[in-house]
Amino acid sequence: MKSLLLGNEALAQGSIDAGLSGVYAYPGTPSTEITEYIQKSKLAKELNIHTTWSVNEKTAMEAALGMSYVGKRSMVVMKHVGLNVASDVFMNMAVSGVNGGLVVVVADDPSMHSSQNEQDSRFYGKFAMIPILEPSNQQEAYDSMLYAFDLSEEVKLPVLLRMVTRLSHSRAGIVLRKRRGPNDINLPTDTSRFALLPMNARKQFDLLVNKQDALIEYSEKSNLNSLKKGKNRGVGILACGIAHNYVMENIGDEETDYSILKISQYPLPKEKVKALYDHCDEILVVEDGYPIVEELLHNYFDEDDKIKGKLSGDLPRTGELNPNIVGRSLGLFQNKMAPIPSVVTPRPPQLCEGCGHTDLFNAINELIPVIGDKNVFGDIGCYALGALPPLGTINTLIDMGASITMAKGAADAGLENAIAVIGDSTFTHSGMTGLLDAVYENTPITVIISDNSAVAMTGAQESTAVGRLHKICLGIGVHPDHLKTIVPLKKNHEENVEILRNELKYKGVSVIISERPCVRLSRDQKEQIKARIAALN
Amino acid sequence: MNTNIILSGVGGQGILTIAAVLDTAALNQDLFIKQSEVHGMSQRGGAVQSHVRISDKEIFSDLIPEGKADLILSVEPMELLRYIPFLKKDGWLVTDSEPFINTSNYPEKDDLFEEIKKHPNHVIVDATQIAKSIGNSKVANMVLLGTASAIIPLSEDSLLEAIKTLFQHKSEKIIKLNLEAFAEGKKVAEGITNLAANQ
Repeated sequence: MKSLLLGNEALAQGSIDAGLSGVYAYPGTPSTEITEYIQKSKLAKELNIHTTWSVNEKTAMEAALGMSYVGKRSMVVMKHVGLNVASDVFMNMAVSGVNGGLVVVVADDPSMHSSQNEQDSRFYGKFAMIPILEPSNQQEAYDSMLYAFDLSEEVKLPVLLRMVTRLSHSRAGIVLRKRRGPNDINLPTDTSRFALLPMNARKQFDLLVNKQDALIEYSEKSNLNSLKKGKNRGVGILACGIAHNYVMENIGDEETDYSILKISQYPLPKEKVKALYDHCDEILVVEDGYPIVEELLHNYFDEDDKIKGKLSGDLPRTGELNPNIVGRSLGLFQNKMAPIPSVVTPRPPQLCEGCGHTDLFNAINELIPVIGDKNVFGDIGCYALGALPPLGTINTLIDMGASITMAKGAADAGLENAIAVIGDSTFTHSGMTGLLDAVYENTPITVIISDNSAVAMTGAQESTAVGRLHKICLGIGVHPDHLKTIVPLKKNHEENVEILRNELKYKGVSVIISERPCVRLSRDQKEQIKARIAALN
Repeated sequence: MNTNIILSGVGGQGILTIAAVLDTAALNQDLFIKQSEVHGMSQRGGAVQSHVRISDKEIFSDLIPEGKADLILSVEPMELLRYIPFLKKDGWLVTDSEPFINTSNYPEKDDLFEEIKKHPNHVIVDATQIAKSIGNSKVANMVLLGTASAIIPLSEDSLLEAIKTLFQHKSEKIIKLNLEAFAEGKKVAEGITNLAANQ
């Protein structure tokens, strides 16, 4: 029987069955379930596959590269903005190449269901000049993993596998195949390619550039890219990844007249694209994300007006695609649907009942009339919801760790009473280095680490910060007199406001650790956290 | 056969359990299934929905196109109405009557019901009340599934099997309770003539 799996889970099972030795990741919607699936897999445990969360995407990717260096297959998983964090190693490991197969799985979030932007990771793949796979459905996500590892080992490059939210978070029945074993340890014959001194890096970069034709050849031959020429020589459709489903939903699979080029592997197979171009009067490029393929087609061909897509205005430039949008662009869907009845009111997400963040924000809000309402710099996590009414405490939310460094910059510019609010896991992910910047100059900022002992927003995964925050802050150089702990509970409200008021008066770096476990933690999780803290002492 | 169902509610209300029962039952009957769901920020007390598509042929889109849903099954009345643009002309609305109020501008309950009643094919079930009366308000979702089962083209046997499979790691008592909730919900459907006629 078929296995019922989320796109993310299908991909994860595919990686296990392809002989994975380790997955490295930091949680981030919509990518989280990939790593969680392997963590929960009995088979993965028996096979001794590494599954522990990393501190951030950069450390994760570097560890994956280390595993590949010794010849084993590794995978690194993140959401799209995580690739920004890991981009240093990402760009450079394309130059060094890999040894054991290495697959970088990035889940993009068109429409920003749970993200700050809708950047398209295919640009990164193109930037690094490595192969990109973009499965169109769950079965293909599963099957692509074996192919991705093989391709990575054949061309000695990391392979980027791009997912999107709708594929990551949709289930289907999957046919599984036989599993193969992991690689043995097999160190690289020549390690100089991993030592990217200029003289080695130049050689490697030449090699990478010279591999490009071969990569296109792989794309031409790949089963993932298929051209179907139809009788209709009007509009030819070039559909990428999940967009192919939306096209097929509209035109149906049987006996269609349309010519369709399905793309799930890059670099683009130029010959196939040209064949479609020559066969049809115009080409509609349907891609979820940025108009990257559409732009490329403008580079390939002279007749600009033959190419339609997001740049031409035939498809919306922002937001995710869906069957209706694609149907309209093909002129196949015009029905006007009933509107949402006006009686319906919005129901935005909000902090859980009894959440410690709420009590913390209530304490900060007491001081807003004194310090001003634009002084609180926020960060990425559940507590970002503190930017919304009725709390309205937080003013900024940019990227992991930016609360501390933005507060510092604002304080440098003369803003008094600058407050940073950052979660425990976000702090260890990207806040520690910024705190050192502030400590180094003793910048007058008040950093509040809202410590709920979990990566809560993504489903209460383990936080590497648990039990370590005090020592980390002291180690970074925060003055012990200005390292405070509060427990955000209603009964402590007055006391907490006083501590906050006093630390705001201090003209240097203060850190207040606001400590209360996430209300969504299970009893088991709370026990595990206690045990982890006990083991530290 | 091609059935599109939208499940709706508020994050944490248990629509994914309904989805899991439908998925499992469909696979048991060797049908194709696609079921999209919401993870991440919206799950925190926000509006959530799941698109369930069941067919005897390959399914392409993970999302149901607007105007193509045969059924909107909601565990909350306002969340039912949020997805009206997806409803087929002769599609069905099935909802719990119990509002989940976590916003300051939640509409009047009667206004919601009035809007729902504009659609000829609707069933408003006191699912939470029924669930309470048999012992646990949490099984309201299985009450609703029981009611809606009359218009879902999956066999009752496979739905009941799926419930058993899904709760197999829980106690015998919990399995029984869920099966009972399903049966109670099904009774509600029996009283509605046009629902029975549809089947």
